[in-house]
Amino acid sequence: MNHRKLDISIAGENSLIVYFGTQPDGLIAAQISQTADHLRQSLGNLLIDLVPSYASLLVIYDPLQTDHYFVRRAIRQASANLQESSAQAQGNLVSLPVYYSHESGPDLQQLADSARLSVDEVISIHQQTEYRVYAIGFAPGFGYLGEVDERIAAPRLATPRQKVPRGAVAIADRQTAVYPAQSPGGWNLIGLCPQPMFDPSATPSMPVQVGDRVRFQAIDREQYLALGGVL
Amino acid sequence: MAGFKVIQPGIYSLLQDAGRFGWHSIGLTTGGPMDQQAFRWANKLCGNNDKSAVIEVTVGGLVLEAECHSSIALTGANMPLTINHKPVPLWQTQRVKPGDRIELGYANGGSRGYLAVAGGFQAETIFESLATVPRESLGGLHRDGQPLKAEDYLPCPQPDPKPPVLRIPDRWRPHHSGTAVLRVILGYQQDAFTEVQKQLFFSSEYSLSDSCDRMGYRLNGAPIAPAIGGILSEGICLGAIQVPADGQPIILLRDRQTIGGYPKLGSVLSLDLDRLAQLMPGDKLRFESISIEQAHNALLLNAQQCVSADLEQIHV
Repeated sequence: MNHRKLDISIAGENSLIVYFGTQPDGLIAAQISQTADHLRQSLGNLLIDLVPSYASLLVIYDPLQTDHYFVRRAIRQASANLQESSAQAQGNLVSLPVYYSHESGPDLQQLADSARLSVDEVISIHQQTEYRVYAIGFAPGFGYLGEVDERIAAPRLATPRQKVPRGAVAIADRQTAVYPAQSPGGWNLIGLCPQPMFDPSATPSMPVQVGDRVRFQAIDREQYLALGGVL
Repeated sequence: MAGFKVIQPGIYSLLQDAGRFGWHSIGLTTGGPMDQQAFRWANKLCGNNDKSAVIEVTVGGLVLEAECHSSIALTGANMPLTINHKPVPLWQTQRVKPGDRIELGYANGGSRGYLAVAGGFQAETIFESLATVPRESLGGLHRDGQPLKAEDYLPCPQPDPKPPVLRIPDRWRPHHSGTAVLRVILGYQQDAFTEVQKQLFFSSEYSLSDSCDRMGYRLNGAPIAPAIGGILSEGICLGAIQVPADGQPIILLRDRQTIGGYPKLGSVLSLDLDRLAQLMPGDKLRFESISIEQAHNALLLNAQQCVSADLEQIHV
C-alpha cells in the first residue's frame, strides 16, 4: 500500500499532468496504468487521450464539455481506488525472443569490452532482469524498458546510426528497447527480436503496453529465422 | 466512385481529417490540420461536418482535375485559386464539373491552404483516422503517410447536384500580417523558470527559425534558461513550449512526439496555433500569459461563433 500524494499540474488548455513520484519504479508504473484504465471508464467521452510515461500521466480532456476542476476530481477518485487495490496491478508478463550474436548485435563486443565482461555474460545479464514498460514513444510502438542491470548499462553512441533495423534489441543507459521499425538511432545494438513490436493491422497492434513486464529469452539463429526474423 | 485526379501535388499536400485521437499510449501522435479554424471553415463551406477530410496544401502548387460534379472551397493562406485558369475567390463555395482544372498558386500571405470537397475526401482509415503523418508512415490516401503525388486519385461521395454557394464574411477571416501574439497558459515545469526568466519570455519578440515543420516550430530570440536541464520524459500536449539547453523555445504542434524530456513553460492556446501555422520563417511573434479560465472562455466563445456564424448565401 502506497500513499504518496499525487501532484497534479496544468499542462495546457485541455490537459493536466499527474506526477506519481520523481523516479520510475514498478509500483509507480502499475499505478499509472491502473489510473489510466480507471479514467478511461470514469471520464468516457470527456477524455480525448492519455499519455502514460515514467512517473507521470498526461490526461487530455475536452474543454468544451468539462473543466480542469472536474477532471482533477476524477483523477483523485481514480487514485483513491488505486490505493485500495494497487497490489493487484501487476501488468501482463510478456516474453520476447532475442537472437543475441555479433551478426545481429553489432555493439555487443564493444559493450562487453567496456563493461569488462564476456559477451556471454552480457547476454545472460540482459536476460536476468524482469523489465517494466515505463513509457511508449519516440516512434509508434517504441517501448522504453527499465531498468537495465548497472553492469551492462552503456551510454548512447557518440554518433547515432542512420539506420537501425526493425527488431533491433538495444541498450541506452539503464534502459533497453526493441526498435519497432527501421529508424535512425543511437542505442547500443545487442540482438534482434523476430516478434513485431508494432503492427497497425493487428489487434492489439503492440504485444506490450505501459505497465507490463517483459523478459527476454535467447534463441539461436535457426529459431530466429523460423520465427520470421530477417538478417 | 466520383473523385478528383492529382495533376500536380504541389510543394507539400497532405490529406488531413480532424486527427488521430486515443492512441498516444502506443506512441501515435494526432496529426490533423495545422490551422484548425481554416480547416473547419473549408468544411462548412462544403456542407460537411468538422471531421471531414480536406487537403492541407503547404505553400501551394496543387493542381487537380475534377472527374465529377461537386463543390469545393479553399480557405487559410492567400493562395490564388483558379478554375480553368479563371481566378475565383477563396473562402467561398465553388461548383465544379467533370474536366475542370483546379489550380492553387503560391501563397502570398499565410502558408497553408485548406481545400475541402462536398462530402469530404475518402480514404481507408488507419487507427480510426486518415490524417497523414509522414514521420510515422501512417495515414493518407494509401495509409502509408506519404504526401499526395501526381496521378493519385482522390475519391469523394457523389454530392447534391445544386449545393448552396456560401461565403465566409470578412469578419471571420484571419489577416495574414506576418506577426502574431500567442496566448500562453503557464504550466508543466513553470516553477523551474524564475520570475525574471518568465518576464523576459513575455516581454521579448521572437522570430520563427528555419526549423519549422508539423512537429514543432523552433524560435529565435531572447534565450531563457530553466533552473533544471532535463526531466523524466513525460507526455507532451498540443502547443507545449519546450526549452532545450540553448534556451530557444520550441512550440510543439500536430505531429509532435508524444513524450519528451525537456522542461516546458506551459502551452500556447490552440486558437493561436492556427495563427502560428500561417507564419513563415523570419516572421515575428510575442507571447501573452492567460489563465486556464480565460483559455476555456476563449475556446467556448470560438466554438459558439463557429456554430452560429451566418454564412452569406450567394445566388448563382
